Amino acid sequence: MMTTLAQAGFPAAMHQITLAHYLFISGAMFMLGLIGFLTRRNLIIMFLCTELMFQAAGLALVAFSRFHMNMTGQSFVIFIVTVAAAEAAMALALVVLLFRKRESLDAAEWQEMKG
Amino acid sequence: MPSAFLGVLVLNPASSLDSMLDSMLVLAATPATVAKAPIIAGDPLALLVPALPILGLILCTLCAIFRVKSKLPAFLTVACLAGAFVVTAKLFTGHDGGVSIASGFQWMTLSWGEEPGQRFIADFSLYLDSLTILWMLFVTGLATLIALYASEYMSHDVGLGYCRFFAAFNLFVFSMACLVMGDNLLLLFLGWEGVGLCSYLLIGYFYKKPSAVAAAKKAFIMNRIGDVGLILGVMLTFVHFGSIEYREIFAAAQPYIDLAKAGKFSEIPAIVQLIPILLAVGAFGKSAQLPLYVWLPDAMEGPTPVSALIHAATMVTAGVYLVARTYPLFLLSEYALPIVAWTGALTALVAATIGMAQFDIKRIMAYSTVSQLGYMFAGLGVLTSTGAAFHVVTHAFFKALLFLSCGAIMHGFAGQLDLRKLSGVGFMKGWGVVGLGMFVGCMNLAGFPFTAGYFSKDMILAEAFVTPGMAPIGWILLLTAGLTAYYTFRVFFRVVVGPMHYEPGDELHHAEEDSHGHDHHGASEADAAHAADAAHGHAHTHDDHAHHEHGHGAHFHPHAPGWAINTVLATLSVASIAAAGLYFVKSPYEGGMAHGGAVPGMVERSSAAFETPFSHHGVGESHETIKEGGHEGADGHAPAHAEGGAPSFVPTSIAKSQGEAAHAGSFLGWDPHKVMYYVSGVVGFVGIFIAFILHYAGRRTAATARADALLPAFGPLAGWAQNKWYVDELYDLVVRTPLWIVANIFHLFDKIVIDGLVRLVGGIPRFIGGMVRPTQSGELHGYAAGMAAGVAVLLFLVFMLTMR
Repeated sequence: MMTTLAQAGFPAAMHQITLAHYLFISGAMFMLGLIGFLTRRNLIIMFLCTELMFQAAGLALVAFSRFHMNMTGQSFVIFIVTVAAAEAAMALALVVLLFRKRESLDAAEWQEMKG
Repeated sequence: MPSAFLGVLVLNPASSLDSMLDSMLVLAATPATVAKAPIIAGDPLALLVPALPILGLILCTLCAIFRVKSKLPAFLTVACLAGAFVVTAKLFTGHDGGVSIASGFQWMTLSWGEEPGQRFIADFSLYLDSLTILWMLFVTGLATLIALYASEYMSHDVGLGYCRFFAAFNLFVFSMACLVMGDNLLLLFLGWEGVGLCSYLLIGYFYKKPSAVAAAKKAFIMNRIGDVGLILGVMLTFVHFGSIEYREIFAAAQPYIDLAKAGKFSEIPAIVQLIPILLAVGAFGKSAQLPLYVWLPDAMEGPTPVSALIHAATMVTAGVYLVARTYPLFLLSEYALPIVAWTGALTALVAATIGMAQFDIKRIMAYSTVSQLGYMFAGLGVLTSTGAAFHVVTHAFFKALLFLSCGAIMHGFAGQLDLRKLSGVGFMKGWGVVGLGMFVGCMNLAGFPFTAGYFSKDMILAEAFVTPGMAPIGWILLLTAGLTAYYTFRVFFRVVVGPMHYEPGDELHHAEEDSHGHDHHGASEADAAHAADAAHGHAHTHDDHAHHEHGHGAHFHPHAPGWAINTVLATLSVASIAAAGLYFVKSPYEGGMAHGGAVPGMVERSSAAFETPFSHHGVGESHETIKEGGHEGADGHAPAHAEGGAPSFVPTSIAKSQGEAAHAGSFLGWDPHKVMYYVSGVVGFVGIFIAFILHYAGRRTAATARADALLPAFGPLAGWAQNKWYVDELYDLVVRTPLWIVANIFHLFDKIVIDGLVRLVGGIPRFIGGMVRPTQSGELHGYAAGMAAGVAVLLFLVFMLTMR
């Protein structure tokens, strides 16, 4: 069964924050991240965009967890945040290395996998 | 080849003779009617004959390993070979004319059943009879002398090459011993291939010279063609007679021999009649007979001692030995001996005509070898195996002498072999022995009266006229004898005598100016001649320039042979002269025939006689009495036909043998045995005289002779003979070119069809890859967009499915 935003009470019941609000924010964040990733060429920006998509997914999980009263989602998010932190450290280090190689942050500089 | 027979291979040096004897008797695949003579144990000393050269081989190999830089390997070889000769001489003196077998070790024994003919035995045992001993006497004797000669001749190669040379030399003598002394056809085949290998190794001794390598390969391949015939003959022998041991074969062939004597060839199975023809093909290959002779002249690329020993005196007579050894088998086919006789006679003639037109003295000697081998085969074919063997022996001595003399000249004149550029060598100081050697050798080869060559050649000639139906061969051989005398003395009159004059060749090996007693007087004369030559404007300036560039200065000094070469040449000269005495010495065995002397006396005691020793009761019968006497026709050289009209001269000659002593053929109405002495003597004289007129009388320089003026009279014939009748070109056209064309067709097929298929199979994935390749742009955004699009499509599909 598909629940539309209107059926979920949006925007009619603005006074009450429902799951749909969270999911909307999450979707918006994900789309922003995706668009940013596809359009920007700066490696750091692209990395930040991936983080954005990551957190969008995390937000959706927390929201579901809260509304379904199931703590599994929240605990999963803790893992996600931990991994994201580690991954951020790694990724930024990599970006620094890549920058040193080409003196540029342009992602188009790297096309080694061209067939 | 041995490894092909993967059987019970027992190596047991202590195998008792008795057990071998028993196995032989049990194996006898012969009709019970044939009474078998008991096997006599031979002198075990005989095993030293093959063993000593093997020792020499090992010692030479050790010299190579320890990098001996002296003439040591040569003298070790001489010592070993001299030992082998002494042992052979001892065997000879202790030999009573019978057959004995000296058993070595069991080599191969295969058994696949109890029936006769289901066991294959090839032992390393030596078959000692007079033929074997005769052959080994001159093989080991000449090998010793030639090794001594080579110790000096090869001196510029002292070091590894020297060791290699003498190792191969020893291996050759060992192989020859196996070939000659083996008591079965497989051991003969082992030796046969062994001598072929050594021939290959030694022709290709100067392996950096492309022509030598090509000649070695040519010799090897041509020999393999003959070997196909030999191995097929050996196989058929085993298939039919159930054994490859001579004793067994001859015993098993005895009933057929009786049939052949009765002239009943139609009762002898065709397969038996095929055996001698196949064996003859093998013999033709090894002994350079007509279709397969072209390798032998090219084999002269090898060092001269090798040419003398292998390609003149010993190895090339292996074919003659094979025919002589298996002579009883040759009597079984009415075609085998005529084939042998005609091949021999035609080879003798063709080779002699080529020899007449060559300028390279070593090549002339090579063609004369081919020609004389043809003589031997003709002798075998006209039923005088005794004469053929006598010619082998005399030829071995005088041809070795001739080759070694030519080698000494070649060695001293820096590789010069062109008879147009050498003259009067025999009278230069220090060259007397060489001149004498050439003289003795040429006299023998030309068949000058009372030389050894005269007697042996005479025997074959006379028998050719005696044997019915073989008179045309006699005429061919007589013509060849004249040609031989001419071309032999052509060399002698141009090179050895005449005005002193030389031009050095282009092989300047070493500058041992001070060794070898130098001849300043001769050199200065030669220089004067040289200067005169230059003044005459001969076209030799190229050679001279080469000398200047090599830093030898304007004066080339021929270095006269040293003691080793001179000793050997003198010994061989004496031996060649003394060989004539063999004709007058009685047979060394009791009851030998009166006529023909020692060598035929030895041969007739062996299987090479008409009757095998196994059926032979009255050895005292002269072989001539065996010859039939039925043809008193006025034209004695008309082909004699047997009753059936078949061309079977053998049955007539053998069948009517009983007790008739009259001679069949005649030479223009005279008895060939008596008149041939004078005829061949006159023919030899005529040849020598023509050579004298054309090549000596009035000759002022080396290059010009009256013969040149006569050349136009022969028209294109002279040029054709000089080009060896274009036989090599014919082979090229008939064999090489078609092979080349077929090979190219196959090459193209391979390139286009086979490779095309492979490329097609490989091309399909390549093509698909090429189509898909652009999707892999390598750009991060591309992949990301692809993922996003994929997710979008997936989501869209999920939506579409769930919405419904």
